[in-house]
Amino acid sequence: MIRFFQEVFKPPYELKEMFKQFFEIGNKSLGLVSVTGFIIGFVLALQSIPMLTKFGAVSLIPAMISISIVREIGPVITGLICAGKIGSGIGAELGSMKVSEQIEAMEVSVTNPFKFLVVTRVIATTLMIPLLIVYADAIALLGGFTALNILNGQSLQLYFSTVFSTLSFADIIPSTIKTFFFGFAIGLVGCYQGYNASRGTESVGIAANISVVYASLLVIILDMVAVQLTTIFV
Amino acid sequence: MAMINKSGIKDKSVNNKEVVIELEHLKKTLGGNEVLKDINLKVYRSETLITLGKSGSGKSVTLKCIVGLMMPTDGKVNVLGEDVPNLAIKELRGIRKKIGFIFQSGALYDSMSVRENLEFPLVRHEKLSGDEVENRVKEALADVGLEKSIDTMPSELSGGMRKRIGLARTLILKPEIMLYDEPTTGLDPATSREISNLILEMQDKFKVSSVIVTHDIECAKLTADRIVVLKDGVFAEEGSFDELQQSEDEFVRGFFQ
Repeated sequence: MIRFFQEVFKPPYELKEMFKQFFEIGNKSLGLVSVTGFIIGFVLALQSIPMLTKFGAVSLIPAMISISIVREIGPVITGLICAGKIGSGIGAELGSMKVSEQIEAMEVSVTNPFKFLVVTRVIATTLMIPLLIVYADAIALLGGFTALNILNGQSLQLYFSTVFSTLSFADIIPSTIKTFFFGFAIGLVGCYQGYNASRGTESVGIAANISVVYASLLVIILDMVAVQLTTIFV
Repeated sequence: MAMINKSGIKDKSVNNKEVVIELEHLKKTLGGNEVLKDINLKVYRSETLITLGKSGSGKSVTLKCIVGLMMPTDGKVNVLGEDVPNLAIKELRGIRKKIGFIFQSGALYDSMSVRENLEFPLVRHEKLSGDEVENRVKEALADVGLEKSIDTMPSELSGGMRKRIGLARTLILKPEIMLYDEPTTGLDPATSREISNLILEMQDKFKVSSVIVTHDIECAKLTADRIVVLKDGVFAEEGSFDELQQSEDEFVRGFFQ
């Protein structure tokens, strides 16, 4: 982490590689994030309808869905999915580069491999994962509406006016800020495991596996810290 | 200049005696195991030195110490007049610009096409226009006979082609010294001979000083000006191909049988 901050502000900035990583991490994860986001919202609404109908509180479902998704479920579940897809991808990619001597080849061709491979990927995850999470939140809200519309005939206008009147900056800002930390942790763990993979093909699998485990764990720990801080300051 | 004699063996005379690489009492310990115990070696300008030795004897470690990928536990590594272990990273990169390193696996960047692999070192070290970069890439690929592979991905290439592209990527910067880490390993005899001939052609064309680590005795026979044999962390014997073939040391003779 110290080396990352030492290198990140020094030229060259490897912008071409960075934009390539934005595409790899952001665009190529859209499909998975869309499907899971929609299902999260849909299932949440589906589970809530019978229970809240008993209490005559069906009208509260859009508010409940929006708060749950924006504050917790959206960021954490999308963070965990990104830890699985992106963290393991980075760990395996850098691990295989290490094993096949590509990182050493980069070093002898007078390119700083840490800057080219690690800094670009960590910046990309730090910036793209929050975008993916915001996008997943929006899709999850749409999933919630779909379930309510199918089962209760809820209108789009009423659903989203309730959602937006319920959400405040105190819900959105802290939960968005924590996603930058999720992205940073996922990128850093994947890069660290891959970059430091020991020799042998087995180490590639190990790097990918450990990246997922540690990145997922860090997402949950960071979320817990963020919730505590939010409770204190907001 | 090294010439090929009638028997296909290079003339062993070294006309220019300028030392480009000098190792003095080089020692390297890895994981508690003393891999290199006392390596002393001089490589002269434009000569081709072959290093023979068993697997795990420290041949590749020696190459990595020369290029500064590994730091010696003790001893001196002098390359082109610079004390490699004591160089700052900026100076070390300056020296590395003059050294080409061919890895055992070819070490092509999997996520880049052949064109991007060759452009990668070029655009970082030389300020060239797009057309000049394109011409240099095509020229380097023509040197290794793979002009048509310019837009293929490394995964689509055979082992021999990967090694040729690796050679082209290294030579595109016109280095003064070439280090080859088992350039013919994993190839069939015909392709190994092609690679050895290619190394020889490149040696004659670019007049580089080369250190080749290999087990391939045919490659050694074709390319060597001088051969050293590594045994138990020290160079056991040094000489021409013919001299070492007649060595009294059974270990040394073993490589030539």
